[in-house]
Amino acid sequence: MAEDVLLDVHAVRRSFPRPSGGELLVLDNVELSLKRGEIVGLLGRSGSGKSTLLRLIAGLAFPQGGTLTYMGSPIAGPANGIAMVFQSFALFPWLTVLENVQLGLEALNIPQSEIRTRALAAIDLIGLDGYESAYPRELSGGMRQRVGFARAMVVHPNILLMDEPFSALDVLTAENLRTDFLELWGEKQLPIKGVILVTHNIEEAVLMCDRVLLFSTNPGRIAGEIKIDIPRPRERTDPRFEHYVEQIYTEMTARQRALRADRGTGLDMLMTHVSPNLVSGLIEAVAATPYNGKADLPDIASDLQLEIDELFPVAEALQMLRLGELEGGDIKLTHMGKRFADGEMNERKEIFSRALMSHVPLAAHIRRVLDERTSHTAPKRRFVDELEDHMTEDAAEETLRTVVSWARFGELFSYDDESESFSLENPT
Amino acid sequence: MRILPPVSIEARRLLPSRWDVLAAVLVLGFIVLFADASRTLTQPLSSLTHHPLSLDPANLPGYALRTALRMLIALAVSLVFTFTYATWAAKSQRAGNLLVPLLDILQSVPILGFLSITIVFFLSLAPGEILGAEFASVFVIFTSQAWNMAFSFYQSLRTVPEELQEAGRMFGMNGWARFWRIEVPFGLPALIWNMMMSMSGGWFFVTLSEAISVGKTTIALPGIGSYIAEAIAEKNLAAIFWAIGAMLVVIIIYDQVLFRPLVAWADRFRFDNEDSEDYPESWLLDVMRRSDLMDRVTEPFHVFMRWTYRLSLPARRRLASSQALVPTRAADFVWGGLLILLGLYTLWQIYTVLAGAFTWGDIFATLGLGFITMVRVTLLIALASVIWTPIGIYVGMRPHLSRIVQPVAQFLAAFPANLLFPVAVFVILRLSLNPDIALSPLMVLGTQWYILFNVIAGASAIPRELRDAATNFQLKGWLWWRKVGLPAVFPFYVTGAITASGGSWNASIVAEVASWGTQTLHAHGLGAYIADATTAGDFHRIVLGIVVMSFFVVVVNRLFWRPLYWFAERRYRLT
Repeated sequence: MAEDVLLDVHAVRRSFPRPSGGELLVLDNVELSLKRGEIVGLLGRSGSGKSTLLRLIAGLAFPQGGTLTYMGSPIAGPANGIAMVFQSFALFPWLTVLENVQLGLEALNIPQSEIRTRALAAIDLIGLDGYESAYPRELSGGMRQRVGFARAMVVHPNILLMDEPFSALDVLTAENLRTDFLELWGEKQLPIKGVILVTHNIEEAVLMCDRVLLFSTNPGRIAGEIKIDIPRPRERTDPRFEHYVEQIYTEMTARQRALRADRGTGLDMLMTHVSPNLVSGLIEAVAATPYNGKADLPDIASDLQLEIDELFPVAEALQMLRLGELEGGDIKLTHMGKRFADGEMNERKEIFSRALMSHVPLAAHIRRVLDERTSHTAPKRRFVDELEDHMTEDAAEETLRTVVSWARFGELFSYDDESESFSLENPT
Repeated sequence: MRILPPVSIEARRLLPSRWDVLAAVLVLGFIVLFADASRTLTQPLSSLTHHPLSLDPANLPGYALRTALRMLIALAVSLVFTFTYATWAAKSQRAGNLLVPLLDILQSVPILGFLSITIVFFLSLAPGEILGAEFASVFVIFTSQAWNMAFSFYQSLRTVPEELQEAGRMFGMNGWARFWRIEVPFGLPALIWNMMMSMSGGWFFVTLSEAISVGKTTIALPGIGSYIAEAIAEKNLAAIFWAIGAMLVVIIIYDQVLFRPLVAWADRFRFDNEDSEDYPESWLLDVMRRSDLMDRVTEPFHVFMRWTYRLSLPARRRLASSQALVPTRAADFVWGGLLILLGLYTLWQIYTVLAGAFTWGDIFATLGLGFITMVRVTLLIALASVIWTPIGIYVGMRPHLSRIVQPVAQFLAAFPANLLFPVAVFVILRLSLNPDIALSPLMVLGTQWYILFNVIAGASAIPRELRDAATNFQLKGWLWWRKVGLPAVFPFYVTGAITASGGSWNASIVAEVASWGTQTLHAHGLGAYIADATTAGDFHRIVLGIVVMSFFVVVVNRLFWRPLYWFAERRYRLT
């Protein structure tokens, strides 16, 4: 049983030092194991540390605490049996397809003739026959990622790490590549024993993985695990498939709500930047006919072609402004949300501005300071300092950027980037 | 922002076109006629007195100011030239055919050789002797700055997105308004970068152009360059160090007060939408932005400009342009004919001036000297590459290190290396080294840094995923350098090496002959040939030297650097 475990990650912690002192915790107490014959998905929003975890497993970075064990021995640098496929392919533009694939073997002290045979075999397997002498720039995105796969396969790794390998491709190409990969995997043609897939695409996770680990953000933790119990090949139209997608959405929104409490309620409230246009757009979409004020998140995500990375922050912004409610994988407009949807531009701005005043303490605070001052202006620095008592420099910057963009939309106050100051007057 | 080399790399063609030939003839004719005109003017000027400078360091701030002002004026003139010449070349196909190759040839002319000719020429034109010398100095700096600025702006004008132009036309902007509101802002980031490059080269020439002897005439304009010349004559090593210190301060002030604010300000005009993490900052710009003084001062100017934008009469313009389209073939014919006549006339003039001045033996001897200098430049660039490329890659891969080294390298490139020559000559004399070898490194003293900072820029631009992939496949040692490090920086290296090589040719004129007090060191080469001809006031030999050097530079660029640049772009550019 023990030799079935390819990889064991135990109590891993990873943090980055902050320029202002202290440290930023990216991964906290992460547990993970990968067994022979398994595809494990790491699903979460950007910034949840899932890519960091992948880099730790690849031996490209090291944890501050905890252990990573590969086939019984600790990982202390790039290991021979672990290969990686990258999001933007990471092909060397000055090497041909064949040379790129051979590169994986060059460091391994293998005779040149064998390197060539194995590289050609990998190219053949992955469907790149005839492209051996082409340069990456001559290939389409899909073909380039095939080279990325061939280069990883050629070393016959025990574990294949995939860092959002399909997210830089268009929908059709991505689906084609996924299907091809799963087919080879199902026929046991691939020289790999286990796969870890990082993704933020829920359907991709359900389509490909045996187990999906859900990551929460700030710091990254594994917040839940879902076993996908559907035989392959899986169909997206299968009711079980839809059930799993729905379940993941529900778990992720519930988790975000629990997180809400951590995010603060006063000036310490963290905000992710979301354009007011997206907020309006989502409100309109939910208010419109098929949904009439209440929408299923997976449905509206595929309708609007938004990935969870894009959809969740907008949905959360709606919730923060009390224009919408998130519940059990659904999004529902509040009374004010519906009025916003029906309103003209000026009425919308009015509603938005009032929502900011009552539900975004920082916006209300800036407005109050500006009202009190006789000059009706205030430097940005003043608020940055205040925010940095509660949060990191980057978070303060992003929070302030969000408030500026929302306040501009709501015409609550204005901001001049050149002099870095807030004021009440709009440019005339 | 992409950094382009400061020479024409536009065409991939090896062989010269007929436009190149015409441009070469015109430039050659200009040099010959200019030199001939100057020769007849030397006579009344031999009485010019030599104003002694004081080596008292207390005078240095005043001298430094004079030097810095000359530089500023030349930069302003170069800017005016850029906006007119480059615009003309880009807007008129007919003019562009000739103007672009012309720029390319002008770029290869060694300005230092030209120095003596221009000084005599301007001295004779200007009312006062000092004013004439000042004009000449500014002109020489201008010729060292203008070409690459014009080239950069020309390239920007050619690549203004059609959408922007169309948007401008839809809003009824006239050509003048489009120029200032679309084309200039679009080209500004690249232009400012080139202004900084020009400035680096310019320091070299401003200090050299201040003190020069042509035959019996010696001119010494108050400035850091003359101060150094005087210090050399008096063998005063301490004064040389004072001058070097003053120059450091001037360059730092220029950087802080002019370029840093400009770069930070022009960042808003960057057209690529990539959101870079570290945008340039400048304390001076921040101060100016926070006060509304600048707004008030510049307001009348803005009002005036807005008024000019409304001036045109669109109806008349449209009529004019539609009429201009009809007689294209005939006009082309006339234009072509005129140019052929101009070329023939120039050739004839060259012949009458130079007929009998040289034997074939002279020409072959000069070509031989050019070959020696070429070997020297090639070896030294190769040596500098071998040293700085690995160091540049090492530094570029480590962000904390490159944050320190990168500005230092750029600063060193800007520092006029000729100020350091006396120190080197002092050492060479002390150790009695062979001047043919020991003087050579001086040629790359100031230019090698272009290789270093371009390679650093290249290494820090390697995407993280690519570096991760290399680590993941455990590429180490020589395998890593061969497959990853060297190929990744290659296009950047080529850009740096082109700049360094061009600068080294120019520097050879001052590096191959150097003196300390009454002692003079001589190396064999074309640079020494031109320098000697200048000292002797022999205009025929100056012209021959300049022409041969231009020829070498053009040929090396065409046959070596240009193909290498395109090869690097095609094969190794990371996108």
